[in-house]
Amino acid sequence: MSEKPKIALYWCASCGGCEESVVDLAEDILFVVDNVDIVLWPVGLDFKKKDVEAMPDGSIVASLINGAIRTTEQEEMARMLRRKSQVVIAYGACAQLGGIPGLANQFSLETILKFVYEEAPSVVNELKTRPLERFKDNGRTTELPGLWNVVRTLDQVIDVEYYIPGCPPSPKLLKEAVLALLSGHLPPVGTVLAPDIALCEECSKKDTKPTDLKFESFKRTHLWEVDPEKCLLSQGFLCMGPATRSGCGALCVEGNMPCTGCYGPTSRVRDQGAKFLSSISSSIGADSVEDIDKILVGIPDPVGTFYRYGLPGSMLKRKVVL
Amino acid sequence: MPNHNTEKQWTPKIVAFFCNWCTYTAADLAGVSRIKHAPNIRVIRVMCSGRVDPQFLLDAFAKGADGVLIGGCHPGDCHYIEGNYKCLRRFQLLQKMTTDMGIEPDRLRLEWISASEGDKVRVVVNDMVSKVTKLGPLGLPDKFKSWDEEMKIFEHSIEEKEVFEHV
Amino acid sequence: MEKKNGQIRIGFYICHCGSNIASMVDVAKVSEYAASLPNVVVSKDYKYMCSDPGQEMIINDIKENNLTRVVVAACSPFLHENTFRNATFQGGLNQFYFQMVNTREHNAWVHLEAMATTEKALDLVRAAIYRVAEHKPLERKKVPIHPDVLVLGGGIAGIHSALTLANAGKKVYLVEREPTIGGHMAMFDKTFPTLDCAACILTPKMSAVKNHPNIVLWTYAEIVGLDGFVGSYKAKIKHKPRYIIEELCVGCNDCIEACVYKEARFLDEFNQGLSKRKPVYMPFPQATPQIVLIDPETCIHFKSAKCSQTCVTSCERNAVDLQQQPRFEEIEVGTVIVATGFKPVDARKVPYYGYGNFPGVYTALEVERLINASGPTQGEVVLRDGSHPKTIGIVHCVGSRDKHTNQWCSRVCCLYSVKLAHLLKEHTGADIYNFYIDMRTPGKMMEEFYNRIAEEGMKFIRGRVADIYPDRDDPQRKRLIVKAEDTLIQEIIKIPVDMVVLSTGLEPREDAQEVRRMLNITCSTEGFYIERHPKLAPVNTFTDGIFLAGCCQGPKDIPDTVAQAGAAAAEVLALIDKGYIEIEPNTAYINEEECSGCKSCVPLCPYTAISYIEEKKKAFINEALCKGCGTCVAACPSGSIIQNLFEDEEIFSEIEGILNFRNIQREMSYA
Repeated sequence: MSEKPKIALYWCASCGGCEESVVDLAEDILFVVDNVDIVLWPVGLDFKKKDVEAMPDGSIVASLINGAIRTTEQEEMARMLRRKSQVVIAYGACAQLGGIPGLANQFSLETILKFVYEEAPSVVNELKTRPLERFKDNGRTTELPGLWNVVRTLDQVIDVEYYIPGCPPSPKLLKEAVLALLSGHLPPVGTVLAPDIALCEECSKKDTKPTDLKFESFKRTHLWEVDPEKCLLSQGFLCMGPATRSGCGALCVEGNMPCTGCYGPTSRVRDQGAKFLSSISSSIGADSVEDIDKILVGIPDPVGTFYRYGLPGSMLKRKVVL
Repeated sequence: MPNHNTEKQWTPKIVAFFCNWCTYTAADLAGVSRIKHAPNIRVIRVMCSGRVDPQFLLDAFAKGADGVLIGGCHPGDCHYIEGNYKCLRRFQLLQKMTTDMGIEPDRLRLEWISASEGDKVRVVVNDMVSKVTKLGPLGLPDKFKSWDEEMKIFEHSIEEKEVFEHV
Repeated sequence: MEKKNGQIRIGFYICHCGSNIASMVDVAKVSEYAASLPNVVVSKDYKYMCSDPGQEMIINDIKENNLTRVVVAACSPFLHENTFRNATFQGGLNQFYFQMVNTREHNAWVHLEAMATTEKALDLVRAAIYRVAEHKPLERKKVPIHPDVLVLGGGIAGIHSALTLANAGKKVYLVEREPTIGGHMAMFDKTFPTLDCAACILTPKMSAVKNHPNIVLWTYAEIVGLDGFVGSYKAKIKHKPRYIIEELCVGCNDCIEACVYKEARFLDEFNQGLSKRKPVYMPFPQATPQIVLIDPETCIHFKSAKCSQTCVTSCERNAVDLQQQPRFEEIEVGTVIVATGFKPVDARKVPYYGYGNFPGVYTALEVERLINASGPTQGEVVLRDGSHPKTIGIVHCVGSRDKHTNQWCSRVCCLYSVKLAHLLKEHTGADIYNFYIDMRTPGKMMEEFYNRIAEEGMKFIRGRVADIYPDRDDPQRKRLIVKAEDTLIQEIIKIPVDMVVLSTGLEPREDAQEVRRMLNITCSTEGFYIERHPKLAPVNTFTDGIFLAGCCQGPKDIPDTVAQAGAAAAEVLALIDKGYIEIEPNTAYINEEECSGCKSCVPLCPYTAISYIEEKKKAFINEALCKGCGTCVAACPSGSIIQNLFEDEEIFSEIEGILNFRNIQREMSYA
């Protein structure tokens, strides 16, 4: 039993979907459990931080960490797992690129706290009470993790060997990664463990996309009916498939929802949002500033659209003035 | 203008992407005509403003440019027929995005300067330098560094704590 | 910075360019600094890098130091990129392992302060050194040159180019918009400074064009589209309907005789409206080709369809075809010479000179026709009111050197004014006043010509004419007062004259911008086409295979026009006889295994170089059609298109190089 390679799973600023994706391995999870020892998995197993701390440095073969890094606790755990592990894998869009929590990089911490604890329509908080980082009661001090001003990707905090993309990653990618770890045939450090080709490659609607697409308007799915037979981009819906790694099986598009880019860019692109922006705007069917702007009204939130999963990992990382 | 008798003051750094056929040539013409202008721009030559990938512009900002200027052929005059229109469309969307990201619109500029408009190079560069000078440094590399200061503070406290626990 | 690579060994050179660069850029400091940058093995400054010793230095350094990359900071790459690429090649490297830094035109020449200029040089040099490390070996593509040539415009420039090429055995298509070739020169009487008759020198050349077996002459035809690239252009030519079958017409003029209009009633374009023609007409007696045409604007048939069509019946050869339609023809050529000429400034643009209001005011071109033996008056200078002038005022610089019209000096007006003064004197014996701003008579024998004519008793008054108005004191003679300040005696003078000649300047043709767009060449804001380099490539354009001759490039006289036309022909011959041209390898390509087939790039290519291969479900770039703009590269959402010479990594390195200036700021402390 102790001969089996040790694996740790941990979550940081994330929704729990990545944990679900591990469970989604279904019967394959038995194969995983047969072949590895899971030494930390807060969602599924009752190991504590001190158990891992007690292990020698480098004794874990791989740690799969999901979630972005926003709190001191997350950093602390990430650093600790880094020390204990031979390989760290950023698991899922949040760890790789910042993910949905990364959209918070458009706002200052104060703005967010104020909204969440005071201004949100569902909040009644007349005393404007905020959580305290340190609280003394009966002579005992309770500490909450500190919140940073900036949401970070995992590799902006610790060194990361590999990335498994997705929100969440597909079980297939996880299984392949585990097999690669077990076999010892690992790709070069820095590799994203997913096909290095864009999503259209595996999209069933690909053939319906015309070769002379021009955007006369941009549409949003809650306002317009989607033709399930046709390429979503060709209908004016901002499907990020062309700018997004494949590997998910085009799940969203098959469900008639545009790809929102959770698998991140291919290895040849440094900033997924900028590249997608470049691609779609090039085909806007207007030549004057006025006419172009009229069409761009259909993209009311460029940052949220193009960097839904990738703001902290993008070139600009965070709103410049906050 | 910087004065070499005093301490070196901040002056903006502007990265420019000039198309080979119009604006780059216009900047050459400004040179041949000795049309003096502010020394703050650094020109990167591309064949067409259509080659300007928004990634280049964001990367320039991220690496420390205070402003980014794109120069292309006038509408209808593109050496490659319509590359400049593609550039314009990207520019309109990108500027909307960078503005949302807190980068003032004046820091990102698109100008049509034809091969014969050497003097327009002077006018545009001087105007942009004066506008960006008023805005002050964008200084993203420094900002990135200062954002990460918060991590260093915790880095120490984490280490200390661990030392304490080991004892 | 982290791109330390044992394989990459860069040689860096900065040129003093005499003192052009060295006076503003601290070249020693730049060279010293470059030596400290990653991968730089050799770093030198030298007086003239483009000289033979400068190039030798590069070649030897490559061999002795096993350099793998070369960077030269000097002038614009438009000037010497090829020189240094060649030196890189001579040293045994691929010529594209070279990067040039423009530190003269973009730096030393445009800034005032040495420290800032040096600092800029350091940034640009660092950018190039970072960039060159990413360079890939590339081969220049050879494009075959189709040996046929298209010459646009049948004035003296086009005629001379066409004849030179045809004499060298090349097939030339000469396309002229008007019904006859000859251009403006055919309208002139005599030419300065030799005073030889324009027709005597031009008409033999015109008929040589007509009869040359290698020249296809298309008059009354226009180019309406040009596709392709150097070596293989496809030009679309529109043949405007003459309503005469060109092959059948022999120019007997019977139809003109037979026209239902017994008298000529419509203004004759060739004679500047000083005479009349019929709706069916021959532009002028020596028109080439000798083919009449029918003007639908004035012909009764076209206006009312109620003409007895005497022209049709009069033609024994049945050459009149009133149903003729525009005809389009596509031709393939390898090169194009643009010789579309100029337009005289419309004298109405200077309203206070009264052209169009006072019958006594003429343009220079009208006077050319008036004094011409084959002109409307057979060379007799008769004014519009039938009188003969006794006093004539010639007003120089009409529509030139004036910010309200055109800023430029039209170069030929001083001399043609002197010529007209002489000819008018000869024809009329009148007193002649020249009103000039400056007499500009550069060129061989020109000043001598001016002096000689001046001695014929002309009066030269130095002053721009302020006003021309009727002489109310002498209503019978209907004279005009020319009012000017004689700046030499600083007095306002008013000279009564019978005739005013306005020496109108030269300006671009009205459709210069449209033609430029069609041909994809550049022109100044005024509309004169821009040469690739004023000294090094004066007849080339920025588009390979398209050359300029004559006044479409800027005002010039006949000798210069002919010289330029010959030069353009020589450039064309050089291309044709080599058989091919090497073009920049800056085309784009798609990595098939990386392409997802999203088709985003396909509609972006204006040259339809990108196609979607259905069987593979991938996009594909036909490199023969790709012109290397890089638009698709910037737009490929998965980064799967690469542009040679402008790869993403090359440009990113350049950006990083420019902006990695923090390390040097402390060093830049000047006393």
